[in-house]
Amino acid sequence: MNGVHDMGGMDGFGKVEVEQNEPPFHEKWEGRVMAMVRAMGANGGINIDMQRFSRESLPPVVYLESSYYKKWFLALRQSMLERGMVGKDEIEAARSLRQSPPLKRGKFSMSDVQRVMTRGSFRRDPSAPPAFALGDRVRTKNINPVTHTRLPRYARGHTGTIERINGCHVFPDTSARGEGEHPQWLYTVVFSGRDLWGDDADPTLKVSIEAFEPYLEKK
Amino acid sequence: MSDHHHHDDDDHSELSETQLRVRALETILTEKGYVEPAALDAIVEAYETRIGPRNGARVVAKAWTDPAFKKALLEDASKAIATLGHVSRVGDHLIAVENTPKTHNMIVCTLCSCYPWEMLGLPPVWYKAAPYRSRAVKDPRGVLSDFGVTLAKDTEIRVWDSTAETRFLVLPMRPAGTEGWSEEQLAEIVTRDSMIGTGLPDPAVKMK
Repeated sequence: MNGVHDMGGMDGFGKVEVEQNEPPFHEKWEGRVMAMVRAMGANGGINIDMQRFSRESLPPVVYLESSYYKKWFLALRQSMLERGMVGKDEIEAARSLRQSPPLKRGKFSMSDVQRVMTRGSFRRDPSAPPAFALGDRVRTKNINPVTHTRLPRYARGHTGTIERINGCHVFPDTSARGEGEHPQWLYTVVFSGRDLWGDDADPTLKVSIEAFEPYLEKK
Repeated sequence: MSDHHHHDDDDHSELSETQLRVRALETILTEKGYVEPAALDAIVEAYETRIGPRNGARVVAKAWTDPAFKKALLEDASKAIATLGHVSRVGDHLIAVENTPKTHNMIVCTLCSCYPWEMLGLPPVWYKAAPYRSRAVKDPRGVLSDFGVTLAKDTEIRVWDSTAETRFLVLPMRPAGTEGWSEEQLAEIVTRDSMIGTGLPDPAVKMK
């Protein structure tokens, strides 16, 4: 979706402000949110792509004014409401008022912790060889789906070069919609800064994206 | 971003309201048998105490002192790091990118905040915030100047936008003045920012 989350190349957000000796969490609730998101991702079937799409779907003003973990929290709660895992009345009452369907992988407990501390693999067996080879010139498609995609706006409709072939991976665009993994070849595609931003761009700049095969066409 | 204040009669700041809402959700999930609070504690504790940029710093220091490891790291970082017993396990799809006198690498995630958690811990607020995410791909030298970093005019700047589940770790250049240092000494000067590409290791500054 063409949301405010897709901010590559936008102007006006100001300088990068670095906080010295930043703690892992600024408030205790941030850690709880992070852990709940992990737990519901691991055992509750709300996968990473669904979670990202929920955050992107927050109203733009809310997205921009909320801290990182606040966005995570709002998106998690919304995802659980949409799936009937919690009810609005329960959120208002701040307690469970009824039994809900069990999680796909059961209660998230101590025995699950080790598993979530290492990122899972998104690599899958390919059903066909890659369509592009190293060094191929490719053009990113001009797509504008209203659903989740990982092709950023600034890199659509541009010509770049295949620099790496990173294996065949879960396709976020379908995974976010609950339509399955539909694994796709994943490439590192590199663009010159001037191709992306015009002749005024820094001549020494190169930018790469990680692009799934359906995002690309042969130049 | 902006400060957002509720002018309610009670003294709930927005922060404490969020705190209450988060607590409410955790209570609901616990009562429904979805989560065990102790398991959430364990995740939080791991990030507060064990998983941080030290992991990445050890990898970089090893690469600076062991050419065979460096070669393996650049070929397949996940696989190479798995051979180091003293670093926590790393997930799939980690890619190490090497800074050279000709090329400087910078990592960003313009769409969300993808970051090599196992190597660097939780991302800092600036990495997740709009100023960095918006400008890194268009004006990386401007971003670097916010960090007090200036590169030679002809250095190629390569920005890696983490738009998939691949993750990136910058292998910074070993600074002059560190000849003869041990791996442990070297690891102390490898900062988090130098492994994102927004800083350079400085032999006079040890990582906190």
